[in-house]
Amino acid sequence: MGILNSKTKAAPSDRECKKCGEIIPYNELVQNSMICPHCGTYMRMGAMERIELVADEKSFKETDKSMRSKNPLNFPGYDEKIEKAAETSGLNEGVVCGFGKIEGTPCGIFVMDSNFMMGSMGSVVGEKITRLFEKATEKGLPVVGFCTSGGARMQEGIYSLMQMAKVSGAVKRHSDAGNLYIAVLTDPTTGGVTASFAMLGDIIIAEPKALIGFAGARVIEQTTGKKLPEGFQRAEFMLEHGFVDIIEERDRLRYTISKLLKIHSKR
Amino acid sequence: MEKIRPYDRVQAARSNTRATGGYFLGRMIDNFVEMHGDRRFGDDGAIIGGVGLFNGRPVTAIAMERGATIEERMKRNFGCPTPEGYRKALRLMKQAEKFNRPVICFIGCPGAYCGIDAEERGQGEAIAENLYEMMTLKTPVISVVVGEGGSGGALAMGVGDTVIMLENSVYSVISPEGCASILWKDSTKAPEAAEVLKLTAKDLLKFGAIEKVIDESGKTTEEICDDLKDAIEKELDAKRKKPLKELLDMRYNKFRKIGEYRG
Repeated sequence: MGILNSKTKAAPSDRECKKCGEIIPYNELVQNSMICPHCGTYMRMGAMERIELVADEKSFKETDKSMRSKNPLNFPGYDEKIEKAAETSGLNEGVVCGFGKIEGTPCGIFVMDSNFMMGSMGSVVGEKITRLFEKATEKGLPVVGFCTSGGARMQEGIYSLMQMAKVSGAVKRHSDAGNLYIAVLTDPTTGGVTASFAMLGDIIIAEPKALIGFAGARVIEQTTGKKLPEGFQRAEFMLEHGFVDIIEERDRLRYTISKLLKIHSKR
Repeated sequence: MEKIRPYDRVQAARSNTRATGGYFLGRMIDNFVEMHGDRRFGDDGAIIGGVGLFNGRPVTAIAMERGATIEERMKRNFGCPTPEGYRKALRLMKQAEKFNRPVICFIGCPGAYCGIDAEERGQGEAIAENLYEMMTLKTPVISVVVGEGGSGGALAMGVGDTVIMLENSVYSVISPEGCASILWKDSTKAPEAAEVLKLTAKDLLKFGAIEKVIDESGKTTEEICDDLKDAIEKELDAKRKKPLKELLDMRYNKFRKIGEYRG
């Protein structure tokens, strides 16, 4: 604590909108929920930015913050990759977990972060989310989870694959105990995360235009030789095909989630 | 003697002449009656499922199957299951739970079918639902990887109380070709990728991701099948005797403990 406080941490720099090319001052972007004020593009959000947007001020208590990856397969280049990811993201791993309040309702919250190896799921991501669901089950609390991921993390081989089963098991126990899980799918949610906890929410909310799917679009195109339809694997496509309950604007997410939490509150 | 490289096993697992899930099911299960369809949309030829007798006792058996002739392979989608296949498998598993008979799954596919229609019908959701439901299925589940265990598409039938692998089967989060093209931008380096992925039965046993390996060397397919059958019988016998809560706790904890991390 204290090493990374606001005084010593470099101010986050201005960002360029990848769609329209405008340079936007970081503070202005935060004010606007990380949506480009010029063209309306949803920029990808870091886990901490998301927590600030959604959780009640100062209510969030992070769990398992210091958990870090090993390199169980001695996979070439993995140690360096993790180190670099930690440096660029300011995080120890690809998910931030903890407990907090949303409009006064206590809940477990996990937020994946695409700045850390594309939010890919290895042992740490799997373990942290599993622990969150287990603790939430003990406390009888709902879980709100923000997904963004390139899928299972190749560098941890079978360990990554098995996290899909592990987390799904914890989600099932949480559900069997009568607790609510709201999954929020943000751009992009793919691969092994889609094929596990992203699709297991009692309620599934997606951000507009978020890419959501199992197989990668390029892989599908190469394998089938077919041209992909317009809007393929976007949130609107997923809603139309029955896999998403609600598409919600980013600046209304907190309100919608809090409303759902209140409707499901046990007393 | 020349060393067997992991990629040799990948090729053995994929070989056209290798026995498939359907073969093991056919030879092991007596009085088999096949059931079709997911009762939602369609029937998937890449997954065979039904009921029959295993050493005289009723079981539900489900196998991935790629087919032998080219016509059959087209019909079975080259062994890559669609969402309908996973949903059919789950439907049959839920039936097994209702009628209190164990489930035996034979796994072998390059991966879940990758296509526009599969995405439209929720390939990710179908796999997720199987992981979720299998974890608490109230009857013993034995899963066997007999060929190529391709990522989530294989895991969707792999949440078992016991997971067995044949010696020359493989099980991996990504194909060696896929891994090589990401890592070295060169899919011809698949043999090197197979090395680093640690996808052999022996590796997985060491990691605690599976419980048993069936030796193949020097054996005929029939002998391998008979050894596998004995191993399944032994596992089923042990699992049948367990009180349900203990069985489910053991299944949960078996997957729960997989993972390597610090702090």
